Amino acid sequence: MIAGARTIQRLLEEKRFAAHALRCVRIFEGIAGITNMRNVSIVGIGQIPVGEHWDLSVRHIAYHAIAAALEEAGTEQVDALFVGNMLSGGLLKQEHLATLVADFCGLRNVEAAKIESACASGASALRIGHMAVASGMHDVVVVCGVEKMTDTTGESTTAGLATAADAEYEAAHGVSFVGLNALIMQRYMYEFDVPMDAFAGFSINAHQNGAKNANAMFQKPISLEAYLNAPMIATPINIMDSSPVCDGAAAAVLVASEQAGTYVTGHHPGAVQILASASANDTIALHDRRDPLFLEAAYVSSQKAYMQSGVTPADVSFFELHDAFTIMSALSLEATGYSRRGEGWHLAADDAIGPEGRIPISTLGGLKSRGHPVGATGMYQIVEAVQQLRGEAGEGQIRNALVGMAQNIGGSGATIVTHILGG
Amino acid sequence: MSIAGLWRTRQQRYNLQGEVCPDCHQAIFPPRDVCPHCSEAAGPLHTMSGRGEVYSYTKMFNVPDGFLAQRPYTVALVKLEEGPMVTAQLTDISDEDVEIGMPVEMVTRKLREEGDSGEIIYGYKFRPVFAAAD
Repeated sequence: MIAGARTIQRLLEEKRFAAHALRCVRIFEGIAGITNMRNVSIVGIGQIPVGEHWDLSVRHIAYHAIAAALEEAGTEQVDALFVGNMLSGGLLKQEHLATLVADFCGLRNVEAAKIESACASGASALRIGHMAVASGMHDVVVVCGVEKMTDTTGESTTAGLATAADAEYEAAHGVSFVGLNALIMQRYMYEFDVPMDAFAGFSINAHQNGAKNANAMFQKPISLEAYLNAPMIATPINIMDSSPVCDGAAAAVLVASEQAGTYVTGHHPGAVQILASASANDTIALHDRRDPLFLEAAYVSSQKAYMQSGVTPADVSFFELHDAFTIMSALSLEATGYSRRGEGWHLAADDAIGPEGRIPISTLGGLKSRGHPVGATGMYQIVEAVQQLRGEAGEGQIRNALVGMAQNIGGSGATIVTHILGG
Repeated sequence: MSIAGLWRTRQQRYNLQGEVCPDCHQAIFPPRDVCPHCSEAAGPLHTMSGRGEVYSYTKMFNVPDGFLAQRPYTVALVKLEEGPMVTAQLTDISDEDVEIGMPVEMVTRKLREEGDSGEIIYGYKFRPVFAAAD
């Protein structure tokens, strides 16, 4: 028995460490399980600008992203389409979404399935696509994250988003998704003695970066004053702490890295490899967490991703984190190894998160400024990471972008998917 | 939630009925099949006292469908004295009253009216303990 397995065995014997031991087993198995897999690369990306697309239906925006990705990959030969989406059934009364999209894109006789894990649906779909190609089950997979949130009223969309929480014991009491994040932020500010304006830097950075991204919903910087005067949605979260409701679709074409050369010809901008793909969950209800102020699932999935890729936090050139709310930026940075617990907000104040900072985040606007079309968000993060790694991010380009990390969060921290990409 | 779902969860919503794990003796709310603390089969039913304290709170201005008539309202994470935490609205409060650590107790209140047919759904909310002593 090797040392890691012995440690796990001992932990399992000590019952009070049962939960911790189980996590170690999962991490250990995660590493052992990938040794015989193929490496996977992205050879095509596509996206539609995030916004309020009242003139387009969900099938149109998905097609826009998929067609662009396939054109870049220069192939029409597709084995499978995986669609990440959260709310098509709830808001649009349209399930069976992947087949609808495949049909509309002219992808007949392929495997098509929708992947849903709330706001982490996009990265979860990428992970399924990654597994399909890595395992050798498929050679060419298209993954598309798509969400249409502006066809319904604000209250219906708010109620739809709340379905990511425990319906019987959270949503039944009238708590919204903003509300759940507000409960985290209020306690965080209390426990770590955090001032009211501590989170402003996350929002200001996101908008500054989004102003350089033609696909962002808000392409305008904001001032500290605008942040401080923003109306409250759910105290202490104001509108500038919060990402917007919007429509969007982003897609990528995945192939085995050993076959990527077939696609990278002529003017093709080059393949980007998925160096790590990992997912972890936590209790669905915030109130059941051992520590509601620590994203355990982010910790576990990022540790798995670091181990899979051999990358350390210091090696990451930029980090597309899940800034649905400013508090989530702080918690992600803490759980992913960039700051001590309760100190993630210091990074915003110290400007460590800007394009020239120690760990640039939300480099093309993040969820706050590019927008958060929930089931599509995970794929926007991936598409933007590919843009950065290819050196195609325009004015928003990070210097020496060699390794990119993307982290997509579903629910109030219940599903967290981490990907690491490299050139 | 469906009528069947509401009926099924009535003991939780009206009485805060949970469990105590026979193995690790921790209180659990709502009842589960597997203890979240020790992963053994969860235990016999146990009704919580209804007393606890505010762990965190938020005053909500944008609210989901079904709760528009009540807005704004305050939602809290309440740490029950037995250990479990619950999400619930606070009631019988004014804005200034709410603070982290405040002792609260469970009361039964109308949560919402369901759909077009307007069934009234009752369940637990929490109020400051000092209100009961008046």
